[in-house]
Amino acid sequence: MTNLDGTLVQATESPQRLVDLVFRLREYGIIAVLVIFIAVTTGLQPRFLGQQNIKFILLNATIYALLALGETMVVVSRQMDLSVGSVLGLSAYVSSNLFGQVHGIPIPVVFLAGIGIGVACGVVNGAITALARVPGLVVTLATLYIIRGIDISIIGGGEVVASSLPAHFLAIGSDSVVGVPYVTMCVAVVIAAGAYFLRSFRSGRELYAIGSNPDAARLVGIPIGRRVFTSYVASGAIAGLAGVLWATYYGTVDSTAGTGYELTVVTAVVVGGVAIFGGSGSVIGAAFGALLLSTIATALYALNVSPFWDPALDGLLLVLAITLDRTLAVRLANAMRKRTFRHEP
Amino acid sequence: MNPEPTSGVSEPQPSSTVLARLSRFRVLARWEVALLAAVVAVFVVGRVVSPEFLTSYNFFDMGISNGELAIMALPMTLIVATGEIDLSVSSTLGLASSLLGLLWMHGWPMPAIIVVVLACGAVLGAFNGVLVTRVGLPSIAVTIGTMLLYAGIGEILLGSNIVSNFPATYTNIGVYGVPGIGLSYSTVIFFGLAIIFGAVLHFTPFGRSIFAMGANQEAAIFSGVRVKRTKTILYIVSGIVCSGAGILYTFKLSTAEYDNGTGLVLSVVAIVLLGGVSIFGGKGSMVGVVFAVLIYAGLLDALLLTGFPQQASGIVIGGLLLLSVLVPSVPEFRSRLRAGRHRLQRQAPEAAIVHGGSVAQPRLTGDSSSKAGQGGQPI
Repeated sequence: MTNLDGTLVQATESPQRLVDLVFRLREYGIIAVLVIFIAVTTGLQPRFLGQQNIKFILLNATIYALLALGETMVVVSRQMDLSVGSVLGLSAYVSSNLFGQVHGIPIPVVFLAGIGIGVACGVVNGAITALARVPGLVVTLATLYIIRGIDISIIGGGEVVASSLPAHFLAIGSDSVVGVPYVTMCVAVVIAAGAYFLRSFRSGRELYAIGSNPDAARLVGIPIGRRVFTSYVASGAIAGLAGVLWATYYGTVDSTAGTGYELTVVTAVVVGGVAIFGGSGSVIGAAFGALLLSTIATALYALNVSPFWDPALDGLLLVLAITLDRTLAVRLANAMRKRTFRHEP
Repeated sequence: MNPEPTSGVSEPQPSSTVLARLSRFRVLARWEVALLAAVVAVFVVGRVVSPEFLTSYNFFDMGISNGELAIMALPMTLIVATGEIDLSVSSTLGLASSLLGLLWMHGWPMPAIIVVVLACGAVLGAFNGVLVTRVGLPSIAVTIGTMLLYAGIGEILLGSNIVSNFPATYTNIGVYGVPGIGLSYSTVIFFGLAIIFGAVLHFTPFGRSIFAMGANQEAAIFSGVRVKRTKTILYIVSGIVCSGAGILYTFKLSTAEYDNGTGLVLSVVAIVLLGGVSIFGGKGSMVGVVFAVLIYAGLLDALLLTGFPQQASGIVIGGLLLLSVLVPSVPEFRSRLRAGRHRLQRQAPEAAIVHGGSVAQPRLTGDSSSKAGQGGQPI
């Protein structure tokens, strides 16, 4: 009896620990790549780690890392949100345009307006995906076009210029303490909260369950539709927030704001170790994925390499990352099979 | 299930007459019929909004602006039908354009350049295919990666150069149509290729195996379909066709630039899905995709003629795409609602009958318990 119990406990625990270890290795792996990359670049160009440059890298990475948080929540549940770039654009324009329309509007209201627009878009995405049970990839591909179209018809040929925005608002995107921009700190807090939610909350864990096996998730009674809906709303709200931050950072907003961001964000998420068909990956990894992409872009500049190399390197990195993931997954599956056999003679 | 008008159902049960009526309806409810109606509607509306719409000049114009997009939709149809996707098509077009410009800049003869560019396209496609089939990576992630990679290689090759001194023999395709037909070369090539691709997809064992592996890959493997090889071939074909589209695109604009074709890929995917090809594979038809191309081109052109802001036409394209996924899911949604209500009234058996009768399934082949509906494999 005790013997049986003992082997049972071992057999269920040690593969669990192995899985944990591999996933943590993946997270540390991306950080290691980042550190090595920074070390090599700094070795070649010592000024790379200057305060100004760090601030630049962090500011660039901030919006992508924030979007990556929302995208991660959607991707781990085996969906995809392609509309984030369009939502960002719409939110950036409408929120920053409020300063011109309502004199002396408080900045928090502007932020709420941006987030509200994001929530509205997320509700549309989530409701269609969950109610009609159609793939979110297709739904958000459609809303990518529709929201961008709405954005363009609202703006026409116009734009919001930085001079029409209050200095306090623009300061959010540019001021910093000891080289770390305020906006980066705020986003880091949001990302930490998101990571905690996905890691430790029941509904967060259920997103992983849905992503790794939708049928099993349904059978154990997880409300798939509601969870998927919520993750789209969260992703929309985050994209709305990112839109306002985008406006504080760039100051000038026209109808092209955020065009093409969706694929960069998906790239960052996948490079950061989130499986494209859901079930595994972490918010922290995705944030570091965004940071890595942004660091590469800046490093090319610092090393005097043509910026034309940037997309090719990003693409190569993505292909390498998923190849590595695949190899690890196969190894892991083999190792677990061996362990199971060893404990069940 | 032969829908005879005097179908032999003698019992006057209401549910079976409903069934009979629905199964007769099934023939008409095919997605292609709806698309054909939409094509007609678009062209009628186009004629109403502008007398210039149905002129040969306008047809040439429509073809010249959408020809390459339409051509890229053909191999995409086959790839999506296998359950995979290729998001690198527009980058392949861009890379082909860059390579064409670069080699011409270095004084290569044009026929040799065209051969090299097409061969390069085959290599790009093979790279996708090998990663997807041999390494076993998800095609959506692979091709997002190679989309960036190929666009990046194009940028590296050509840099900020703009090559535009191509001989008029070639660039004339952007100005004159095919003699005697009047349509642009890209349009004629599109229709020619559509017939070939359609024939391969619908009338050959190769095409049947495409649908088979899209519907159930395991079953296809066990019944002897060479899934990996077929998919690799399709990616190679896609690479060749898209680099060919890149050549047409470059000559049409008479300009080789690294960012030629950027962003076309989402439109290509939208057209294929609008054409009724299931994103999960296994369903779809070439006729539907050709209709979707006509709707896309006609609608954009009609909007342009009415002075609708061209950039905002995405609202219409996105709306169509949304409809194309929503309409097929309406019967299932209703039957699910009804099943839920019946379950509340403890009338489970009847609910099952109604569920079985939800036949207004506009997609091509049967299997009404579609994977999309069950959330079995949502992307």
